[in-house]
Amino acid sequence: MATFFGEVVVAPSRAGVDDEEWAEEGREETPEDREIRRELEKKREIDVLWSWKSESSADGPFPCSKFIVAIGRNAAAFLSSFILDSVCWEVVGVVKLWNEWCRTSDTTNVLPTDSFCLFYRLISDPTVVLCQCSCYVAEDQQFQWLEKVFGCMQKEGLQVIILSTCPVADYKTQESTLTLPSPFLKALKTKEFKDQVCCPLLEQPNIVQDLPAA
Amino acid sequence: LLQPAVSVGNVGQLAIDLVISTLKMTKVGYFYTDCLVPMVGNNPYATTKENSVELSINAEVYSLPSKKLVVLQIRSPFIKNKYRPFCQALLSWVKSSRCARLILLSSSHAYQRDDEQLLGTPLRYLLTPDLEKAVGGLMQELNWKEMEKVAAYPGINDTEKVLHIPGGGITKLLFTESCSNGVQMAVLLKFCSEGDNIPDAFALVNYLNEWLKLIKSKVNTSAQWKIPTSWRLLFGNGLPPALF
Repeated sequence: MATFFGEVVVAPSRAGVDDEEWAEEGREETPEDREIRRELEKKREIDVLWSWKSESSADGPFPCSKFIVAIGRNAAAFLSSFILDSVCWEVVGVVKLWNEWCRTSDTTNVLPTDSFCLFYRLISDPTVVLCQCSCYVAEDQQFQWLEKVFGCMQKEGLQVIILSTCPVADYKTQESTLTLPSPFLKALKTKEFKDQVCCPLLEQPNIVQDLPAA
Repeated sequence: LLQPAVSVGNVGQLAIDLVISTLKMTKVGYFYTDCLVPMVGNNPYATTKENSVELSINAEVYSLPSKKLVVLQIRSPFIKNKYRPFCQALLSWVKSSRCARLILLSSSHAYQRDDEQLLGTPLRYLLTPDLEKAVGGLMQELNWKEMEKVAAYPGINDTEKVLHIPGGGITKLLFTESCSNGVQMAVLLKFCSEGDNIPDAFALVNYLNEWLKLIKSKVNTSAQWKIPTSWRLLFGNGLPPALF
């Protein structure tokens, strides 16, 4: 495919897999390849550290009635500005991860400009947990994040609310997005969510991706 | 079991959308897998306000008991290095659910065709040896063309031939694994390029219909496939009025 400037580039294939990758996979994996792959996988592993693990020896899932997750800097900032404060909320967990876009550490003293993923618990009702995730969780880490975080929680009677933001330019609608009054809210909910939703539901053909989708 | 390969132009997936939408298939389950990129949205086959609020994710299973048809729809690409575990999981599910046949809808890069393939129909089929015994004759009657093999070392040694499906995603892997595992599997594919692949999807689904007869084919078969509501706005939003 020739671009505007005349150089030839290979168009990315929607097949999702480059032919080169196929050729690579076709080769037998040497022990060195396996070792390299294992090291890379280890580097991309996610660690979820909870503060109460040191408090009690109970290793079972902790009771949780509401889990609010804010994904992305905007959503995290919303929680920081309107919900979180050091009087009513305490930090109870942190996620440590690394990928090509960001790295988080296990420090809980973070600046708004840092990449972090912290868990807070409401002191007056410890079953209400909040998560601020301003770091980018890569595709291959999303499932792991999901399993490790939700794996620690009791899932019966749990209500999960996910807050996220997307660019208006990505919104698909009959009119042009320039004329839309933005910002605006849209929601997706499971059949089991019986409470009222405060905004219209997301229409087709719009979809949600990345960690909120996972 | 009918399913698409995530391949060039997403033709297989579009064709599957047409099958599910036209036959009004019911969702019966989904794959909880870490092999596909996550995504979620509302019902892509919604016809009324009531049924538009059902959530839909990246790998879902639909069924039509009257035709003994089960369809798997895949809506996102594979995560790096995860397509092999997915194929293994899929084939073991095909075996454990005692599924009689697996039919894969796929596509391949049109620009990789040789001179002979440029002429005639762009549609091809492949059958595993186990399925060849059962339906090989039918393919002859339908006058279908089998996917040609290409030289393994072109220019050097033209006698050794291998199967090559560029842009076909997991098609070749799934096919070779099915051959070695005794699975009755068929691949139906179309040569195409990236772009507006809706006509390619119609061509592929009509090709499938010649064999499976899912809908009655009249003169203009394409008009009988129902386009799902999620196909709206495939090429962008409305234009800003300020442009004019």
